[in-house]
Amino acid sequence: MAAAAEPMPLPGARDSLGSRIVRVLTRGPLNILLAVIGLLWLVPTIGLFITSILPVSSLGTSGWWQIFRHPSLATWSNYDALFHNSGLLTALKTTAYIAVGNTLLVVIIGAMAGYAFAWLDFPGRDWIFVIVIALLVVPIQMALIPMFRLYDQVGLFDTWYGIALFHTAFGLPFAIFLLRNFFVGLPADILESARIDGASEIVIFLRLILPLGLPAIASLAIFQFLWTWNDLLVALTFGQNTTPITVWISGQLREFATSIDIIAPASFISLVIPLAVFFAFQRYFVQGLLAGSVK
Amino acid sequence: MSGGITAEPPVAAAPPPNAEPGRFISRYGMVAVFLGPTLVLLGVWMVYPAVYTIARSFFGQTGFLGSWVGTDNYHTVFTSSYFVTAIKNNAIWVAVVPAFVTAIGLLFAVLTERIRWSVAFKTVVFLPMAISAFATGVTWRILYDQDPNLGAINALGRVASDAVTSPGVLSTASPSTSSLQQHGGGLLLKTPLHPGGVALLGLTGIAPQDMPTGAKQAVKPAPKPGDIGGVVWRDFKPGGGKPGVVEPEEQGIPGVTVELHDSSGKVVQSARSDADGTFDFTNVPVGTYNAGVGASTFAKPFGGYAWLGPSLITPALLIAYIWIWAGFSMVVIAAGLSAMPRDVLEASRTDGASEWQVFRRVTVPLLAPVLSVVFITMIINVLKVFDIVYALAPESSQSSANVLAFAMFQTAFSGGGNFGVGSAIAALLFLLVIPVLVLNIRRFKREV
Repeated sequence: MAAAAEPMPLPGARDSLGSRIVRVLTRGPLNILLAVIGLLWLVPTIGLFITSILPVSSLGTSGWWQIFRHPSLATWSNYDALFHNSGLLTALKTTAYIAVGNTLLVVIIGAMAGYAFAWLDFPGRDWIFVIVIALLVVPIQMALIPMFRLYDQVGLFDTWYGIALFHTAFGLPFAIFLLRNFFVGLPADILESARIDGASEIVIFLRLILPLGLPAIASLAIFQFLWTWNDLLVALTFGQNTTPITVWISGQLREFATSIDIIAPASFISLVIPLAVFFAFQRYFVQGLLAGSVK
Repeated sequence: MSGGITAEPPVAAAPPPNAEPGRFISRYGMVAVFLGPTLVLLGVWMVYPAVYTIARSFFGQTGFLGSWVGTDNYHTVFTSSYFVTAIKNNAIWVAVVPAFVTAIGLLFAVLTERIRWSVAFKTVVFLPMAISAFATGVTWRILYDQDPNLGAINALGRVASDAVTSPGVLSTASPSTSSLQQHGGGLLLKTPLHPGGVALLGLTGIAPQDMPTGAKQAVKPAPKPGDIGGVVWRDFKPGGGKPGVVEPEEQGIPGVTVELHDSSGKVVQSARSDADGTFDFTNVPVGTYNAGVGASTFAKPFGGYAWLGPSLITPALLIAYIWIWAGFSMVVIAAGLSAMPRDVLEASRTDGASEWQVFRRVTVPLLAPVLSVVFITMIINVLKVFDIVYALAPESSQSSANVLAFAMFQTAFSGGGNFGVGSAIAALLFLLVIPVLVLNIRRFKREV
């Protein structure tokens, strides 16, 4: 308790007016410095958005900041054209299939395995878990060539579920690691009394573990969703006509300057959904990040 | 299992020692149900491919049948200039990014503790983490455009450059007579001058719209004892006029940097021409001199750096990548900071340590585990960097921006079709992360 109260400064008691003035004066430059840094960090994204609402004709002569002098240049016509572009709409749909399908798979399979590693006892459990930890850092590149061949043979090539399954496998080590660590910390007596009451492992998993593990599961789900939504490499390798939005945009990169009226708004569309997810579930996202890296 | 790695959860989880056989079997059935999908996915998508890739890296382009090449693929990776560039660039990435990302994250984490709007700041800096590296590449490609009119970064560069050195008043001009000659980017009048002399610096080849504003009728100044005067003017009028003679309708060129060289060629004085083109070097000691137009007169306006060109593309990529990951580092380090024992910090402050000393001697050492986690995570990320290179580097710069993951993709899939060399690069990447893999397992063992 004492430690918790300590960081709270006692205003008035020790702070004289003079020391408060000194603090404001010394903090002033810091506030300004951080405000400038914050602004700098925002500029690229703002620049992309403004570029996306300018007509391509005006982008050939002057940069996006011209909008501050000529606000009337802003137009939704780029977006309008894109939303009538069947290629983009299909790409968005494919992205959603891959991201949602993958997220569901990783969460379900990962939670089951996390439960097994945390609360079921079987020989070799710890060794298998060590293998999972070892797989955490295996580069995706290790699987591209063999899976490309295998996908071709079994008909998974160029399908959204083939791409989603690839992401699932590579998402699982982190998912299991995260959930197992969370599940281990759940109160043992609740599980034990459920077992004594005769509840099967499946009931315990569905009725106790999943609800209690919700914070960690939410973190994982957001992580996976963003990870697959933002992927380029896997979809580039295993898709040909089945392309998520990143791959679809990359097809336009060759003519960057002249296709900017497609590239900029499409890129912005591609980042709006991750940003919305991020803002809606920021807390869980950060928690997942911390659980994955610090612990 | 005893003495090995034991991830024993709280004791209660262990099964009763003498469970009946039926329960025993159903327990294994349960394990199979819960772990089955995981084992299939990890086995088929990770373990089998890893073995396959390592084996494949010793075979040639055509496949396993009769094309054993030994370590030839690795030899190619380490000798062909295309791959050597990739290895070198990856080394640069590893040397620069983890250090910068960790340092910037630490700085931001410590500084945001002292402001009231730290949540807003952290959100803004963390935002790029939610965006795909691909979209980031597109975003920065817009910012990096070489034309200062189009690329925001070069536009800032132009503002800075104009503040330090103003662009010259003339973009181009040529001498009107042969006595004026090219000299080190400027022009030099060969006619020797003495104090009391007048220098005539006639220029042609200047389009009317390129004349500096405020130019007036050129005037040939009267000689002054002890001074060297002169005029720099547009030695041309409609109809031609006489070269080397100041005539009516010929304008002086204002703002020209005029320099006086002594006999050894050293610049002893410099002056700026007035609206009528006249200038004056005062109190010139006895001697022989040459006057001329300084090179800065013709200084080109800032043309922008070719960030996306072959020589700057890697730094450009590094900056964009650090922009993405600084937020990650900041958030992780900030969490470490908030978990730090405050009384230790307070105690050292009470003992009279300065803020810097507290930071250097207390904060950083206590944060060391967190800092190393960030650093190692970044090494792994950077080894596998691909998306941003693909999106940000224009095709003309791709070979200069090359990194291992990019080279692997190009070699194996994008037209290359060489699975042997592609596998060798993948295996090399795997080899590079093995130390981290070992570290992770060790940490897990220690934790348990």
